[in-house]
Parts: sequence; structure tokens; C-alpha cells
Amino acid sequence: MSGFDADEHGWFGDFGGRFMPEALVAALDELDVAWRAAMADPEFVTAFHTICADYAGTPSRLYDATRLSEQAGARILLKREDLNHTGAHKIRNVLGQALLTTRMGKTRVIAETGAGQHGVASATAAAYFGLDCVVYMGEVDTERQALNVARMKLLGAEVIPVVSGSRTLKDAINEALRDWVASVDHTAYLFGTAAGPHPFPSMVRDFTRGIGDEARAQCLELTGALPDTIAACVGGGSNAIGLFTAFLDDADVEIFGFEAGGDGVETGRHAATIVAGDPGVLHGARTYVLQDDDGQTIESHSISAGLDYPGVGPQHAHLAKTGRAVYEAVTDADAMDAMALLARTEGIIPAVESAHALAGALRLAERRPGSTILVNLSGRGDKDMGTAIEWFGLGGAS
Amino acid sequence: MTNTTATAFEQARQEGRAALVGYLPAGYPDVPGGINALRVLVESGCDVIEIGLPYSDPVMDGPTIQAAAQQALEAGIRTTDVLRTVEAVAATGVPTLVMTYWNPVERYGVDRFAADLASAGGAGLITPDITPDFGQHWIAAADAHGLDKVFLVAPSSTDERLAMTAQACRGFIYAAAVMGVTGARESTSDLAGPLVARTRAVSDLPVGVGLGVSNGAQAAQVAEYADGVIVGSAFVRALLDAPDRPAGLRRLGALVEDLALGVRRQVGG
Repeated sequence: MSGFDADEHGWFGDFGGRFMPEALVAALDELDVAWRAAMADPEFVTAFHTICADYAGTPSRLYDATRLSEQAGARILLKREDLNHTGAHKIRNVLGQALLTTRMGKTRVIAETGAGQHGVASATAAAYFGLDCVVYMGEVDTERQALNVARMKLLGAEVIPVVSGSRTLKDAINEALRDWVASVDHTAYLFGTAAGPHPFPSMVRDFTRGIGDEARAQCLELTGALPDTIAACVGGGSNAIGLFTAFLDDADVEIFGFEAGGDGVETGRHAATIVAGDPGVLHGARTYVLQDDDGQTIESHSISAGLDYPGVGPQHAHLAKTGRAVYEAVTDADAMDAMALLARTEGIIPAVESAHALAGALRLAERRPGSTILVNLSGRGDKDMGTAIEWFGLGGAS
Repeated sequence: MTNTTATAFEQARQEGRAALVGYLPAGYPDVPGGINALRVLVESGCDVIEIGLPYSDPVMDGPTIQAAAQQALEAGIRTTDVLRTVEAVAATGVPTLVMTYWNPVERYGVDRFAADLASAGGAGLITPDITPDFGQHWIAAADAHGLDKVFLVAPSSTDERLAMTAQACRGFIYAAAVMGVTGARESTSDLAGPLVARTRAVSDLPVGVGLGVSNGAQAAQVAEYADGVIVGSAFVRALLDAPDRPAGLRRLGALVEDLALGVRRQVGG
């Protein structure tokens, strides 16, 4: 709970809600009731925490990155979500949703994925719980992320390449919704981020908020105080809302979300939805959307597939509008520089998504030298080595 | 004289048949071509016209309508072109509604869209991705301009939501009688009849059924229990599959005539 929660209809101020076909309303209502009941049931909450601890490896460590801090000129604490099972924060969300699925008596899960991280996490959770799993993935992404396709298949999931629209993440969501309309009686949609129609933004936040709950306690224990600033990358915004929630009512803690600036917001080739988008309705929620003058969704661009989404979770839209959190853009180039810096100073290769948060934190360190900045290192960079090889020219031995 | 949606359904009812409601997206294959195709729907026997507003993220549409809408978008169709299409089709006197996903309307400006649709002669909107509980802005704008508000009901709708939705509708109620996306289907759904009956129990408005009808025989089946038979994907398919535009329009006209006979046929009689 925070002072920034949605009302019972899923409205975060002017944002959120449920702009969905009537055919899915009954399923969303069912999910809403089941989620609220589950979160109020200590047995469910305990089961969720136990699975996260025993299977996913939470609580993740809060790491005092001293060598990076020296270079940055501020104390940087890293929330090591990259050390979770499957290598990112996303495992928390899918374990929560899959546990809820079994509680609701459904036997099949579907998911969308961009880079494949949520798809791999969903396939993992489905394997863990013995559920059938179908993952929709844009055809363009299946080609860019062949390794993750193989992972999902090895985990027993069926991967369906999506050939409609721009053949990327947003179209994978469209296709998953189309599946769900026809399969809703026995299928749960494991939504990959804190966006979409109510109750997904709130439910996904509940399953990821452990990040911030843990980090807040860890920071108090480590430093004796709350951080001055917290920072996370924002695509749809699940890792960010997972970190932010515990701090929303701490008025002295500044909150920053870093969106993918791609080639630079001024070029139009970016995924900085809050920074440069306009209010609209996409995938069931009113939020900021990259759209043209006619309300057609504009394709986003980012070196980070996980941030490459033309919408954003509605709670982030609300936090931006109220000023509780500040959102800025980080370019591909700045993110890749931050990736290299963390690798060389700390021996940690971050996901390219998380590198956006790091680059943002470095910017904040310049503005506030000597302050304490807590950064969500939401994922590890193994999956991004292809990108790194190309960007840094790492091919061949020398 | 221009009919309203209500009078078009009423006239069909007086003739002891269902109304034929025809859908095509605007701008396919291009704006003038789309207008020509929609005119064929009118001339060949559709009682009510739905013009689709092509949208980048059509979550309720199957591959056929997606393909046509995407082609229209790639050709650069604008919302104003859709309104121009409405004007040309409404000029025939047949009630002409726009079927649209919500974001383009919100982006255009809800009140401005309602005003411009009304002045183009449009009858109203069919809104597949908003429900009345999230459609208050549209409801107010439609009421201000005397436009039809057609919301969808589904087999999964609870009785309470059916009543709430029906009460918010004007013109007719759209029963999306298949749990799935748009597209032609081999067999008609056994969910449709019960859905229509449940809808009738809570409203006096006519109930149109959309469930993938693609020929006269299926239309006759649906006409047994529905006030309107809605056909979309089959019309798009006729255009998509034709070797050239004139052939497409001929196939389209023949299909409309078959369906128009279908809604006049009693399956049992």
C-alpha cells in the first residue's frame, strides 16, 4: 500500500482503468477478485515468499559498489536482481502470477515477450508449476533473440512467432490478447509488466514490490538511513514499480525512472514514453503512449529490447504527473557506456536495460555528489552479449 | 431520406426478416476504393453499414481484417479520410456507423469526433474495446450529438453487465457471439442463441449478431434468432482474394446478395 495506489476500478489518478473488450471483462473481474483474495490470504503470501526464496533466490543482495562509487562521486548501492534465478527481477512476477493461476484452477498460461526474458521466466514458472505454456513473440524478436527461443523450448513452452503489425512486443501483446479472448475459461495471461488493464498494473506491482521492500530494509541496515535517491529503468515499468513502491511514502527519497532514449529523444527514434509521449489508451489502460496525430501507435526504438515498448505502466504515468517520481531519457550510447563501466569497475555485466538505470544514476551522482543512490540492477547481461559484441566491436581475439 | 439505425432494423422486422449489417474498413485498398466497396454493400442489399477505422493495434480482429487495416494504414489513411468515407456512404441514405478502437477517437478529441461524425452524416459508433463503465466521455458526447452508441455484449458477460451494457446502447446491441477474434468460421456458434435471448430479456433494442458469418445459409441460421446479422471478414476476404479491383467488387456484390437472401430465408420453412 502507498498513497499512490489505484482505486477499485484501477484508476491511478487520470491513468489506468480498463479499456478492454467486454469478452475479457469477466476474466479480468475474476482475476481481480482472485488476486485481492490471495493477497489477503496469509497462506498465499507465505507460499509466494517461500517460492521466491527457495527457488528464485530472494532476497537479492544489496551491494555497496565502492569502486563504481569512487568513479561516480556518489555512493551507489546496487540491488542485485541480476542474481535471481533466470537472471532478472521478472521471476518474481511470473512466480506470483503462476501461483495465482494454480489457485484459480487454470491449467494453461500464455505470455508475450519482447527480448524473451519474460517468456523465459514464464516458461520457467510454467515448468515449476506443471502448467502448459504458450509464448507469443514478435517474429523480428525471435530472430534477434534465438537463444531465448531455444531456452523457452527447452523449458517445454511453445513459442509462436507473431507476424502481424510491426512483429515486435506490442504485436505479441495483441496476439496474446487474441488468444486469451478465445481461451479465457482455462487460460491465465501472465502479463509481463505493470501495464495493461486493471488489475494487471497493481497485481504485477504486488508481485515485484519485494525488490523495494527488501532494498529499503537492506539500505537501513547497511547505511543506517534511507537512500537519498532511488533509480530504475522504465520500459513497461515492472522493475521500477517493484523498487519504487516501498519508497513512495518516504517523502525525502527522490525517485527517478530512466526511459530508453534510443538514438536521442530529439531524433524520434526512442522509447521514452513518459518523456516524449502523449496521454492515450494502449493495451487496456490510459497512459502515456508514443502515437501519431491520429492516435496510431508509433514503433519505439531502443538498443534494449526490454525497454522497447511504446506504452508504460499507468502508475508511472500517475507518478510522473503528480511529480512524485521524475522520468528522464538515457540514450543507447550512455547506457552502453554505463554497461562497460560497471563491468570494468565491479566485474558485473548488467543487462542493457539495467544499464539505462546505471547511466541515469551516474548523471544523478554528478548533480548530487556524495549522496547515496540506490539503483535497481534489474537483470544480468549474458543475454546482451550479441549487442555488446556489435556495439564495442568485441569480435575476434586480440 | 436517411434512415436511422433504429428505423432500418424496424423496417427489417416489419418485413419479417433480420437486417444485414455489413462491415468494411475504410481505406482498403485505398480511400476511393474503400468508398466504392462500401457503396457495393449498400447497393447489393446491406441495411446498415459499419465502417472500420484502421488502427495499429486491433486486438479484437483476426488476420483478415488485420491485413486490410494494415494495408490501409501503410497507404497513409487518416482519421479525416475515414470521416470523408462516412460522408460518401451516408449520402446513400443507409445508416452508417463507424467501428473503431478507442485511442484514435480520444486522440482526435472525443467531442470533436462526435461533432464531425454527426456532420458527416454518420449514425454513431461501435466501440469494441471500451465498455460503458469506461465510456462515459463517449456516452456524453454521443448524447449531445444524437449519435448511436453500440457497445458489445459477449457470452461471458454476466447478467448484471448485460443489463448495464444494453441500457447504455442506442441503435442496436452488438452481440459478439464467439469467444474469439473476428473472422469467417465454418460453423455458427452455439453460444449465440442463448446470448441473444439473455440480451432480449433485458432490452427492447434490436440485437445484431457477429460471429463469422460468411454465406447465405449461415445468415439464414442466425436470422432465425437475431435481429441483425453482422458480416465483416467475409467481405474483406472477397476483396483480398480477388485478382483485381473490378473482380473484387463483383465478388463482393454477389456475396452481399447471397447474404441478403439468407436473412430473408426461414431455415425451417
